[in-house]
Amino acid sequence: MLDAVWLIPALPLAGFLLLTFAGKRLGEPWAGWIGTAMVGGSFLVTLVVFAGLMAEDEHHRTFVQTLFEWVPAGSLSVDVGFLVDPLSITMALFVTGISALIHLYSIGYMAGDDGYARFFVYLNAFVFSMTMLVLGDNFVLTFLGWEGVGVCSYLLISFWFEKDANAVAGKKAFITNRVGDWGFMLAMFLLFTSVGSLQYTEVFAHLEEFGLAETTAMGIALLLFVGAVGKSAQFPLYLWLPDAMAGPTPVSALIHAATMVTSGVYLMARVNPILGFAPDALDIVAWVGAFTALFAATIAVAQNDIKKVLAYSTISQLGYMFLAIGTGAYVAAVFHMVTHAFFKALLFLGSGSVIHAMAHEQDMGRMGNLRKYLPVTSVTFIVGWLAIAGVPPFAGFWSKDEILIHAWSSSPLLWVVGTVTAVLTAYYMSRQVFLVFFGPERWRESQTVAHDGHGLTPDHEPRESPATMTVPLVALAGLSFVGGLLNLPFKGAFHLERFLEPVFEGRLAHLDVGTSLQWGLPFVVLGLAVCGAAVAWWIFVMGRVGRSTVEPELLEHGWYYDEAIASLVDGPGRAGATLLAEQVDARGVDGAVNGVGELVRRAGTALRVSTSGYVRHYALGIAGGAVLLLGYFISRTGF
Amino acid sequence: MTVEPSAYLMVGAVLFTIGAVGLLVRRNALVMFMCVELMLNAVNLTFVTFARHFDDIGGQVIVLFVLVVAAAEVVVGLGIILAIMRRRPGANADDITLLKG
Amino acid sequence: MFGDSTTVDVVTFILAAAATLAGGFGVVMARNPVHSALSLVGTLFGIAVLFIAQEAHFLAAVQVIVYAGAIVVLFLFVIMLLGVDREEDLAPESLPGQRIAAAVLAALGLLAVVGYQVVDSLSITGASAVSGSASADDNISGIAESLFSRYVFAFEVTSVLLVIAVVGAVVLARRHRDVGGAR
Repeated sequence: MLDAVWLIPALPLAGFLLLTFAGKRLGEPWAGWIGTAMVGGSFLVTLVVFAGLMAEDEHHRTFVQTLFEWVPAGSLSVDVGFLVDPLSITMALFVTGISALIHLYSIGYMAGDDGYARFFVYLNAFVFSMTMLVLGDNFVLTFLGWEGVGVCSYLLISFWFEKDANAVAGKKAFITNRVGDWGFMLAMFLLFTSVGSLQYTEVFAHLEEFGLAETTAMGIALLLFVGAVGKSAQFPLYLWLPDAMAGPTPVSALIHAATMVTSGVYLMARVNPILGFAPDALDIVAWVGAFTALFAATIAVAQNDIKKVLAYSTISQLGYMFLAIGTGAYVAAVFHMVTHAFFKALLFLGSGSVIHAMAHEQDMGRMGNLRKYLPVTSVTFIVGWLAIAGVPPFAGFWSKDEILIHAWSSSPLLWVVGTVTAVLTAYYMSRQVFLVFFGPERWRESQTVAHDGHGLTPDHEPRESPATMTVPLVALAGLSFVGGLLNLPFKGAFHLERFLEPVFEGRLAHLDVGTSLQWGLPFVVLGLAVCGAAVAWWIFVMGRVGRSTVEPELLEHGWYYDEAIASLVDGPGRAGATLLAEQVDARGVDGAVNGVGELVRRAGTALRVSTSGYVRHYALGIAGGAVLLLGYFISRTGF
Repeated sequence: MTVEPSAYLMVGAVLFTIGAVGLLVRRNALVMFMCVELMLNAVNLTFVTFARHFDDIGGQVIVLFVLVVAAAEVVVGLGIILAIMRRRPGANADDITLLKG
Repeated sequence: MFGDSTTVDVVTFILAAAATLAGGFGVVMARNPVHSALSLVGTLFGIAVLFIAQEAHFLAAVQVIVYAGAIVVLFLFVIMLLGVDREEDLAPESLPGQRIAAAVLAALGLLAVVGYQVVDSLSITGASAVSGSASADDNISGIAESLFSRYVFAFEVTSVLLVIAVVGAVVLARRHRDVGGAR
């Protein structure tokens, strides 16, 4: 059963190829059903492989399947192969599962769009890349998937490329990712020179036997973290994610919430043996994660676009995951990654349903009281809200609190940052729910008539979305509810931790927190979160405080970070690029190349003097040469 | 006192030099040709000297061949000069500069 | 014949050498090409005498017959045919530096050879006789033996060369007559 692992990426690849060539002809909705079927099949195969892995003894759950040798280059040999171990199968399960649900959702959401078939082509290509990323048995294959998801992200963000803004957003995402990729590549080079292999099992075996110098480990770890920062939108490379909301909502749900952005977390979890040799790097990871979490949460409180709130929320939650990694709580990070995938995808798809029902309006200021019109959407959205806010027994409570406990264990200050973020999270998510689903029906008020062609008229009657869209919502809501069962902090219920332990042997942080604190802290956080929600209720439902007071422009514009980066690129960046283009390239490189040609030409012109056409000159040349030869021969006889 | 072979060689060397200088300095095509003949003769003298010194008849056989080839060369060369002179009467070596690059 | 009488050898040598070199100078320095041709004859005769002094009788004879008798005559024919027997003005040199360069090269070359001769005469590889003795009593038969056995291939090739030269000369010197239609 384990041998079927190659099918997991192969099915989406087949879907991609099929839809590339026959998608247009198949048209709606067949293209969508085929794409969904392929990914669904991939999920089923993943289940089979999972069963196969579980059948193995707990300590022998590492299976490598090599397909063929890909890069035989001297001492470097890279194969195309798959590594099945608890970590990769966990990733594969939720990646393929959620992807399948989102494919199903997209059949309804993208109905009527001109690029319907193209959408599923890109989505299938994405799933292929993502599965390669998590199942690859060496760094190069992971990097292949890494780049692949970056490309697909670009293609999907700028899906409606007719609008310039969307194309620009796609470019921004790709270029920012590239900065991270540079770090990843350097890390691979460094790793290869110090260890001599790029295959996970070989590298980790080598590390176990020979260890790794701290500086080298730190270098590799930090460089990989640069890659993760780019891909998982942490500070300072997060600025592409809010703009990426320009893509269709299923894309935001799948790529920018559940899967692609988690690949950075996966990478850091995968290389935990290396991180074990570089504790200082782990500290950096934790603090960057914590800072990003808080920073993004502050921006989310002042966003008006329904998707942008969720985007900043994603950045913030990813910060939590890196905080967990940095404190050695790898299992907590993976747990949160899984639960976050459930509820964030749910929230995004829910918002997509809202947008769909509101004639593509995305400004929350023009929504309100939608629970009357969209029953399923609102119930599922509320489930998601409770999960992310950390209300038991929903999944978010268990996963977030595990992270916070480990944060306290590592440094109380980290816990404080995490808790403040949790409060803000509860606040802004509540704000979102109250603005969208409660309160007055603001679009009916004549002052807020549609001004930029959204087609939202005051007499618009929102209608619930079709079944293809609501079924995934319900499924994800269910998962958000029971997801906590994966790793309850009760004796005998730490299922995920036991499952993943072989991957993180010995590097999992141990809690040295008293039991009373272990139970007390989560409830403190919960209490504060409820306060946050109450404040939101007071402001947005009771209407006691004006919105402009609590949504300062500084936060709405994201601390003007985007503008700062833009001016940096436009100013010094442009100057640097101009310097390179004009001086280095035009004068330096072109000068050298043209210079060679010019040199040859001048040499030719100079030498041409000797071809005078006069026979006597030529005779002179011969005579001169003869005298030289004569001299040579005489010197050789040595008198 | 017999005549040393080196004396003959020196005569040959001087004659060769005279021929070489003449070739470089004169402009009249026919005179340049005659200077070539001088050089060939100098070489012949050298060959014969060595034939005698090393007691090898091969040296004299070579001279025979040189003679034959020189004759053939003169025939063809004069033919060429004729062909050129017909086109441009009164031309000398400095007027034929078609090879100028 | 004059075996013991070395003085005769020396005198012969000096006279022949003088004639040769004088002829050489004459070729180079005469203004009239006809005078050059006649000086050439002098050189050739001098060379012939030097051949005889070195016991190469056959070659001397061939030299006179072929070179002086045929080649120089050919030269004179062409000179007269083309009418280039006018005197050439030797003073101006159209190519700057040519004469100086020629002089320098000549001096160097001559210095090298003659100087070498003076210092270390005849110290060359010292190869031994390859093809028969040169001091055979019968010079002609010696040459003939070598020519028609060891060097017969070269001999045949040279005869082909002569044929080619003849054909070449005929083709080159042909006057192109127009076929049909007077010009």
